Amino acid sequence: MTAATPQATARWHLWLPLVLFGAFVVLLLYGLLRPADRDIKSAMIGKPLPQFALRPAAEGLPGLSFADMADGKPKLLNIFASWCVPCAAEAPQLAQLRASGVEVVGVAIRDKPDDLKRFLTRNGNPYSRIGADDASAIQFEIGSSGVPESFVIDGKGIIRYQHIGDIRADQVATIVTKVREAGQ
Amino acid sequence: MIATLGLAALWLAAALAALQLLGGFLALRSPENPLAMAVRPIAVVQGGLVAVAMICLVVVFCQTDLSVLLVAMNSHSAKPLLYKFAGAWGNHEGSMLLWVTIMAMAGGFVALVERRLPEPTILATLAAQAFVSLGFYAFLLFASNPFTRLDPVPVEGQGLNPLLQDPGLAFHPPTLYIGYVGLSIAFSFAVGALLTRAVSPTFARAMRPWVLGAWIFLTLGITFGSYWAYYELGWGGWWFWDPVENASLMPWLAATALLHSVSVLAARNALRAWTVMLGVVAFSMSMVGTFLVRSGILISVHAFAVDPTRGQFILALLAINIGAALTIFALRAATVTEGERFALTSREGALVFNNVMLTGALGIVLIGTLYPLVAETMGAQVSVGPPYFNPATAIFVLPMLVVLAIGPLLRWRRDSMGRIGKLLLAPLALGVVALGLFALQPIHLLPLLGLGLAAALVVATLIPLWGRNLRTLKLPTWGMVMAHFGVALALAGMASDSAFTSEKLVAANVGDKVELGPWSITFDRVEPVPGPNWTALEATLHASYAGGEPIELKPQARAFWSPPQPTTESALATRWNGQLYTVLGEQAEDGRWQLRLWWKPFVTLIWLGGMLVALGGFLALLGRVASDLRRLVAIDKIAYRRTRQGR
Repeated sequence: MTAATPQATARWHLWLPLVLFGAFVVLLLYGLLRPADRDIKSAMIGKPLPQFALRPAAEGLPGLSFADMADGKPKLLNIFASWCVPCAAEAPQLAQLRASGVEVVGVAIRDKPDDLKRFLTRNGNPYSRIGADDASAIQFEIGSSGVPESFVIDGKGIIRYQHIGDIRADQVATIVTKVREAGQ
Repeated sequence: MIATLGLAALWLAAALAALQLLGGFLALRSPENPLAMAVRPIAVVQGGLVAVAMICLVVVFCQTDLSVLLVAMNSHSAKPLLYKFAGAWGNHEGSMLLWVTIMAMAGGFVALVERRLPEPTILATLAAQAFVSLGFYAFLLFASNPFTRLDPVPVEGQGLNPLLQDPGLAFHPPTLYIGYVGLSIAFSFAVGALLTRAVSPTFARAMRPWVLGAWIFLTLGITFGSYWAYYELGWGGWWFWDPVENASLMPWLAATALLHSVSVLAARNALRAWTVMLGVVAFSMSMVGTFLVRSGILISVHAFAVDPTRGQFILALLAINIGAALTIFALRAATVTEGERFALTSREGALVFNNVMLTGALGIVLIGTLYPLVAETMGAQVSVGPPYFNPATAIFVLPMLVVLAIGPLLRWRRDSMGRIGKLLLAPLALGVVALGLFALQPIHLLPLLGLGLAAALVVATLIPLWGRNLRTLKLPTWGMVMAHFGVALALAGMASDSAFTSEKLVAANVGDKVELGPWSITFDRVEPVPGPNWTALEATLHASYAGGEPIELKPQARAFWSPPQPTTESALATRWNGQLYTVLGEQAEDGRWQLRLWWKPFVTLIWLGGMLVALGGFLALLGRVASDLRRLVAIDKIAYRRTRQGR
């Protein structure tokens, strides 16, 4: 604070608060008008999957390990559970993905073989493999916090895309594109 | 019918606000203008009309009048009456109505009682208040009408977010709002004084009770909010540096700085332009807070009523109000002389240090809150949390707390450290001993410093009472001491919580026994419990402290059915030396239950300290208002005698 001078000429530093405030408003305006992309991106994107080997979760389907995910073909890794309601709602979209040539593999979280069998009978089975993650260990390691969640994995076992929540009908096309991109 | 009445009252109030603005503006040119003379009554009636609108909204909520869209969206006939009542402001539209209600009633109150300042200053202040209110009226009437009707009427409402169905909700938002909006009065006073060139100690004394009042409510609101988050969210933490929490902290920091600088202005006629500036900044922070909460611009656990158009509206109001005030400041502040000078070692010097540090802390919180947005302009996504906020604010807050020990002992104008050095020996020794004692244990640096400083402050903040006649000591001094002592206690609680908390996450079978610190906890049973609009699984635990009498604890995992959502209800056992915090989690496949247990020594001091800070503010306010009243009565008597003698 400078000493007071009697003359009342406008002093430039008195405008400083207004200028700073202007910049602040511009920043907020930018924040408001930016595209509404509110997906929290996983820090795991671009990183390889951890080494893991899960026992088969359902009768008649093999389990899932890191080697299966790095066999050269891109896949959609779907984290789900028979006790999860949105997972059932997601089933038709997974079937659609399967029909468009996307290989879908599953990780069943804290599930029982009987429950899982009933779930697959009722909702159809899009999975070529399902691994059982009884303690959510793999789930947390790949940066997923809930069910359902889906990851696009390229042929080398590297995470390329994360989708949080159930896949809606209008999102199938995006996922297909992401899987194709991961295959190139 | 009642909804229509409410809407009509709201429109009328808005029209009166326009009239009030016009009258106050005309008064700047010619105080004899008839409309100028009507400004005070208009302000009072406007306050009354909005109060009617608010009461109408509460009534339609209590009746669950589902023909009102807002009620249908946010209420449910099966909800307990308390939450129907509180539900009136548990949503965007209702809370904005509450906002203008408080704003207009405060303006009406100023118009009714404030007689100290020159009339033109008061009229300019009321005009500024009307200007701000008008923006919010427009927002309510055009973009968030709480009385919008619904046709056909639905059979049932959608219910209230279960997290909000808590007694805390009934009090927390209104408390914070009174604080936020109370600062609008400080803002209007600042603008009024700038416009009429009346920045003076009298102005400071007129503004001080309002700042004090708003600050008390903000303090209470933050304290309640912190405790609510602590027991309701079930994470065992009491402050998360969430954008919405920061939104309430920033006005509080600014108001605390303003409270101290206004004292300097009132007592010593110094820091004049700075005080006016803080008046503008404090209310800006209130509006920024509202903007952050409503626009959904930042991701927050509180995210409610996220709507970009509302965000644009509030941003426009923010830009117009604060932009106008800062323009007036730039044009007029050069005519506000800086006032009396003072030495560095003086009461004023300490208060300036307090202001600089509080402003620094405010800057840190503001930057941390907005940084994710700034980073996004550069294409990066970041989230800023405790690893930034804790040390960065500590840089400013810890030195400030050191000066808090010294400042109240210093005399105005000029003093020497030599005079007060002896007094500080005892707290200094205590602080060093505490630091030495705790340094032997594996405690992080910040909690360690906090513990040492808290030990010193607990004594140092009481020194101003030393050698004084406690019976004749003025209320504001009592208030200051109590508030500072509260800060010391809160600091002790925060430091103790982060230094000594022990935590356990166990999967337990019914009948198991868990040891946690001095506690031994038995897990007796889990039973379903029906509630009014939820069903819960309730665990019964018996916790015994150091082998003593067991205390029964009943943490719940609740499932609400309107709308369907699970919540956890923690159960707490409070002792004088801390709290045991228990949460019932999910049941695992093998039938065992997840139990999360924390033993938090002295954590309760955080909220006890917060309450003491607010109580100290209340004592100071009481003292100021009482002496103002005495002055008013004296002036009235003189005026009465004069009129009698005149005849």
